[in-house]
Amino acid sequence: MIETEQLTCRYGALTAVDALSFRAEPGQVLGLLGPNGAGKSTAMRMIAGFLAPTAGTARVCGHDVRKEPLKAKRALGYLPEGAPSYGELTVREFLTFVVRMRGLRADRGFQRFEAVVSRLQLEEVLDIGIDTLSKGLRRRVGLAQAILHDPPVLMLDEPTDGLDPNQKHTVRQLIDAMARERTILISTHLLEEVHALCNRVVIISNGRLLADATPAELEGRSRYHGAVSFSAPGSGVSQEMLGRLPQVASIEVDPLDGRITVFPRSGERILEPVETLLRQQGLEVSEIQLERGRLDEVFRQITTGTEGGA
Amino acid sequence: MSPISAVTRRELRSFFVTPVAYVFLVIFLVLAGILTFYAGDFYDRGQADLQPFFAMHPWLYLLLVPAVSMRMWAEEIKGGTLELLLSLPLTLAQAMLGKFLAAWLFIGMALLLTFPIWITVNYLGSPDNGVILAGYLGSWLMAGAFLAIGACLSAVTQSQVVAFILTMVVCFLLILAGQPQVMDFLQGSLPRRLLNGLAHLSMLRHFEAIARGVLDLRDLLYFVLSIAAWLAAGVLVLDLKRTP
Repeated sequence: MIETEQLTCRYGALTAVDALSFRAEPGQVLGLLGPNGAGKSTAMRMIAGFLAPTAGTARVCGHDVRKEPLKAKRALGYLPEGAPSYGELTVREFLTFVVRMRGLRADRGFQRFEAVVSRLQLEEVLDIGIDTLSKGLRRRVGLAQAILHDPPVLMLDEPTDGLDPNQKHTVRQLIDAMARERTILISTHLLEEVHALCNRVVIISNGRLLADATPAELEGRSRYHGAVSFSAPGSGVSQEMLGRLPQVASIEVDPLDGRITVFPRSGERILEPVETLLRQQGLEVSEIQLERGRLDEVFRQITTGTEGGA
Repeated sequence: MSPISAVTRRELRSFFVTPVAYVFLVIFLVLAGILTFYAGDFYDRGQADLQPFFAMHPWLYLLLVPAVSMRMWAEEIKGGTLELLLSLPLTLAQAMLGKFLAAWLFIGMALLLTFPIWITVNYLGSPDNGVILAGYLGSWLMAGAFLAIGACLSAVTQSQVVAFILTMVVCFLLILAGQPQVMDFLQGSLPRRLLNGLAHLSMLRHFEAIARGVLDLRDLLYFVLSIAAWLAAGVLVLDLKRTP
């Protein structure tokens, strides 16, 4: 479990993290979402015990990072931003160092080492210097370091940043597989990641918490939530006719591909009436979709305080 | 295994996979040899002891110890590995001690590798080996004090060059304090008490006392306390850095 309580960090006049309070429970993958410079990394650094909070505190598995830093650190696996490691060492030397630092006994240390190496598929690079590894491999070494002691709480700062789509997929699978019995906090500014991984989202901007919800709830805030869109190439769909449906609020046509989006009045379901209408008119529709809502639009709306793109 | 020894082992490993260790060893051994025989008049003195050898050590350390200590924290701060290190379960004091011990053991090793000169002097005459042993001990302690200064100043900055220069300047001042020339110069301008205090801070005076074979507890204590104080100051600096 991770808990922050009015967690605050000030650099002189700049408040990087401003009275941030949230809670992540076991089994949850909590996404810390925000634009670059929102304070995600600073918040994580305070939870990891690297920075001291200016005010407030954080708890990892109930251990206060100010009063019991060592206990909190023992319960936590942490991948810092950019996955720093001692580049002059080989993967084996580096992981052995972490095994020793984590105080794992010889047999258990060896067992964990083997398990983590095979889980992250590092067997072939074990004796290669970390400096010469690709970015994706270095990220995997960083992840290996974070999960070596099998921690109940895992905190990953932009775990897939700069990876190619295949590597991203591998890392997400790994996080997914570990999520069941652990508390996982990841920071990201990639919205696709939220869909792929998180079951809860905390959005921060300028160090302040702006939203704490499930991805579905956030999508519900989108004006696209419940809208119906379809492509009807080559047929003059009558916008007028659609507009006359009592449930419809407005209609938009994408100027580029001619895709038509029909927005409902609040609380109305419009998929069925729209479909019925189209059928009655005998119009050819190549494909029709009920929109879940657009996270990017909600994200913009929340973090910039303006209404999302029209 | 304790986190201190884990840090020490990793540091030593890092020394030896990079050229730092070998460059240091070669330069230290070559310079120690040259200075002893040419500048120190090893043969012409006609005495079977290692005084000229040990007399060069403060000046050798002045140049070489900052080169070892400068990377200690500056590199970790710059490379971002400090964040990794401090998220592992160890205290700042343990991290500092682990790093210091690694560097100190390394310099101890360099000192041990000067054994040929000890064999030489024993072959040429019959020196007092107790005095020589005291000389080695004093030299190692002085290297420790220099290293502790370097460890503290390396935590101050993320630039290794700045760490190197700062360390060299502070060590130079500590060597100079108590030298007759400096004392004469300050005679008029400082009160007598302060002047005496300053003289007692002199690294050279305490080292020379030990190197003469006089093991006075006060001289040993001077080095041990210097090391402890500078390391503690370094821990304080690191802790202050955690609070933005």
